[in-house]
Amino acid sequence: MIPIAPRGMRPPWLLSGPDANWRPEPLSSHAARLGPVPASGRRLIEEIEKAGLRGRGGAGFPVAVKWKAVADRSHGRAALIVNGAEGEPLSLKDHLLLASRPHLVLDGAQLAAQSVGAREVYLYVGRHHPAAMRSLEQAVRERGGLAGLDVELVEAPVRFVAGEETAAVRLVNGGEAKPTGVPPRPFEQGVKGRPTLVNNVETLAQAALIARYGSEWFRSAGTAETPGTMLVTVAGQVAAPGVHEVDATTRIGDVIAPKPGHTRGPLLLGGYFGSWVRGSDAAELTFDSAQLAGRGLKLGAGVLFTLAAGDCGVAATARIVGYLAGESARQCGPCQFGLADLSRLLSLLAEGRGRSVKAGQLERWIGQLSGGRGACHHPDGALGLIRSAIAVFSDDFEAHLRRGACAAAFHDTGLPVGLGPQAPWR
Amino acid sequence: MNRLRVSPIRCTGHGYCAELFPERVELDDWGYPIIDPTPFDSDLLPEAKRALAQCPVLALRLEKVNTRKR
Repeated sequence: MIPIAPRGMRPPWLLSGPDANWRPEPLSSHAARLGPVPASGRRLIEEIEKAGLRGRGGAGFPVAVKWKAVADRSHGRAALIVNGAEGEPLSLKDHLLLASRPHLVLDGAQLAAQSVGAREVYLYVGRHHPAAMRSLEQAVRERGGLAGLDVELVEAPVRFVAGEETAAVRLVNGGEAKPTGVPPRPFEQGVKGRPTLVNNVETLAQAALIARYGSEWFRSAGTAETPGTMLVTVAGQVAAPGVHEVDATTRIGDVIAPKPGHTRGPLLLGGYFGSWVRGSDAAELTFDSAQLAGRGLKLGAGVLFTLAAGDCGVAATARIVGYLAGESARQCGPCQFGLADLSRLLSLLAEGRGRSVKAGQLERWIGQLSGGRGACHHPDGALGLIRSAIAVFSDDFEAHLRRGACAAAFHDTGLPVGLGPQAPWR
Repeated sequence: MNRLRVSPIRCTGHGYCAELFPERVELDDWGYPIIDPTPFDSDLLPEAKRALAQCPVLALRLEKVNTRKR
């Protein structure tokens, strides 16, 4: 991991301290570095509101709003799910944070539970992250529990949608990790029917730092709109793959610099629910959410992947959509059948067999499946990716239709696609 | 004013709603309803209620919409 120091931020930030090398920082080192766990409660929620902290699991919802909503309903009997499912195959940042800084995440969990009135804490960690699970288990033992709260470690199945908050609640309640319809949302009715706070592990770690150093300190990094630092995972044809801590003023081009002697290929920003961006457009972007939103982009859970300059965008998109179709929970018709057909169509195009495809078929299906047709955002996420591919790779799509597959279409782009559609749901 | 909603998990694509309430429902290529979210008046309420009642899996519901005049 090559750390890129967030500009203007006074340490400590999330990954300062000993090397984040997938080995847990011992409690002694953590406590010596950051001191004891500070006070929780309403004052902390207000401080987090002032800090402007937003969720780091992908949706970017204001954290204080969520905490307040649970606190107002809890009567001391709420639940907390510490969400480290990290179902996005390219994402590593939650895994790294849990494996390297378990006590920072647990501090945040303790503060969140105390602030919202939760007695039960569920550590929900992806089964594909054994180092994170061992690290948390050891850290809870080291602390002699979690401030008297009931703590349970729960394995999240290796499924893209398992980290969706209603899916997490459903698994903890003894079901499968499939999203449910909302309302009720977890803050109203979650674990055992109680108000439930579901927060991403990075979100909780950030809260633990804000509790110690305050909102002003947090705002010393980033911009007014996107304050603080954030963890991003960088992969593909880049000089420095891995997890980086950046802030809103960091240039995306610096983080995804290509290997020496290579030109920058197209960027997939925001993971598999994200958007393709032309390599030439990516260089000048920053991580500021307002700037990204102005271009119809979002950071999601902070995944950046670049193709090689000669790679085939149609084939890469077909591969991702094939994976996403297989990750449908098969509960909603438009997602189960629509995504499967879209995926088949994209594969035909990618393989150069697009002549059999009716003109306008792709656009027709995108139109029909758009606009929140599923209980969760799975179809919307996949459709956003396809729309961006059509815009950015329009020449490639045209060429595949007219002349068949390009030579690069059969080149392995290295895009990971999970365990496949046979993976269990619990 | 009223709006029609479908629970996408409950819906299994029988498609009666599109026949009974074509003013707000059409079917996609897989037979699942695409609901037009435009609110409607009491004049369309009988059609909407028939669609609700005839849905074999009770996947439809009506929602009241506040339309404040500006």
